[in-house]
Amino acid sequence: MTEHDIELSVNGTTHELTVESRTLLVHALRDELGYTGTNVGCESSTCGACTVHLDGDAVKSCTLLAVQADGAEIGTVEGLAEDGTYAPIQEGFQKEHGLQCGYCTPGMMLAADDLLERNPDPDEGEIREAIEGNLCRCTGYQNIVNAVEFAADEMGEASSPEMTAADGGGDD
Amino acid sequence: MYPDEFDYYRAESVDDALDLLDEHSGAGTTELLAGGHSLLPAMKTGLSSPDVLIDISGVEEMQGISVDGDTLSIGAMTRYSDLLGSDAVAEHAPALAAAVEQVGDVQVRNRGTIGGNLAHADPAADLPGAALASDATLVTHGPDGEREIPADDFFFGMYTTDVGPDELLTRIEIPSADGALGAYAKKPSPSSGYAMVGVAALLEIDGDGVTSARVGANGVMDHGVRLSPVEDALADGALDDETMASAANHAGDDLDVDMMMSDLQASNEFRAQLLEVYTERALTAAIESGSSSAAAD
Repeated sequence: MTEHDIELSVNGTTHELTVESRTLLVHALRDELGYTGTNVGCESSTCGACTVHLDGDAVKSCTLLAVQADGAEIGTVEGLAEDGTYAPIQEGFQKEHGLQCGYCTPGMMLAADDLLERNPDPDEGEIREAIEGNLCRCTGYQNIVNAVEFAADEMGEASSPEMTAADGGGDD
Repeated sequence: MYPDEFDYYRAESVDDALDLLDEHSGAGTTELLAGGHSLLPAMKTGLSSPDVLIDISGVEEMQGISVDGDTLSIGAMTRYSDLLGSDAVAEHAPALAAAVEQVGDVQVRNRGTIGGNLAHADPAADLPGAALASDATLVTHGPDGEREIPADDFFFGMYTTDVGPDELLTRIEIPSADGALGAYAKKPSPSSGYAMVGVAALLEIDGDGVTSARVGANGVMDHGVRLSPVEDALADGALDDETMASAANHAGDDLDVDMMMSDLQASNEFRAQLLEVYTERALTAAIESGSSSAAAD
């Protein structure tokens, strides 16, 4: 058995840790570093509950060795909100009822966030394709699609010069 | 699920990987780690328990896409997502581009590699058929240097290829099919998403006619296969749906139904039926790709 000293930057905070060769990234995040927002679901790269960002790309952290992520920038659900303010994708899930039990939600939001980075104005088909790797057994997906559309609208408005960020989402 | 214990080494170059393979050739089993999306799940379920993993995913000389004259060259560690983002792949290897689109999901495509897919040789993977249809040459490196293996000679059987234990697949070379029509049609397994049947087609055209065709299938036999009778039926024929349908009827002509894959989701007899249907779909999708790109011009 070999151990490795690795460095992970998680949501901008650098961590140094020692992992076994076989330690999966999801276990390093949850058990070693305490980022328990990332869930473990099927453990077979199917359900997407463990989705995190690896250097900006959505990946399934149950199918990646922690040692492979040495030196990488990791993004988890804990890093979405800034200064206590929900990110647009989180607001979308709240406003559009994009969750019931919530187990798939962190992975679902990170997959959706990855889509919105690449494609700020996706149509419904593109949203459904982007969350193909994330299973939800509660919602039937429609409200998740609505949540992603909400976030895309919110981000579109926030980036348009006529609007100020304070105008967004204060209607409830 | 945790994999059994193993030693992990990261190769920095092709030579480094070959040295590591040589160094660990005696004791226990050694596996090469690429994108890891076949190997790590197998290790977690205990199907595979290597003693040594050599991570080649970061080897720079095995990454990237380039065009040299009439040849598209793709590093074996190039990820699916990079292939999908490449205009060169779409232009020069349309059948491959279409097949890559249907591999796994976004997260899988962000990690998995073309070389990992082909060298693993899962019979139900999406790329063997496209490699065959694209007339790809698979280039390996070993202690004795480089070998060029035509896709037609590469796949031996289930998870078995011509790549030797002391070799690694380093790049894939594809003759440019610029101007040809390519498509991939797949019946995915409802549980795994892998291909119960997947057919890749590449049609070289001249006006309204097909000058030549290459058609490859995965998911049907224990390794990717060319559908030569379909190719023969298409050559020098018309570029229309009727010709495609009649050519697709020959999809299983060279294949022994008794030797076809058979599982809970599809018997071998059902696969034989699916093969004809999805061959026709691939061929008509190739025609449609031509009319949609013409419309876009």
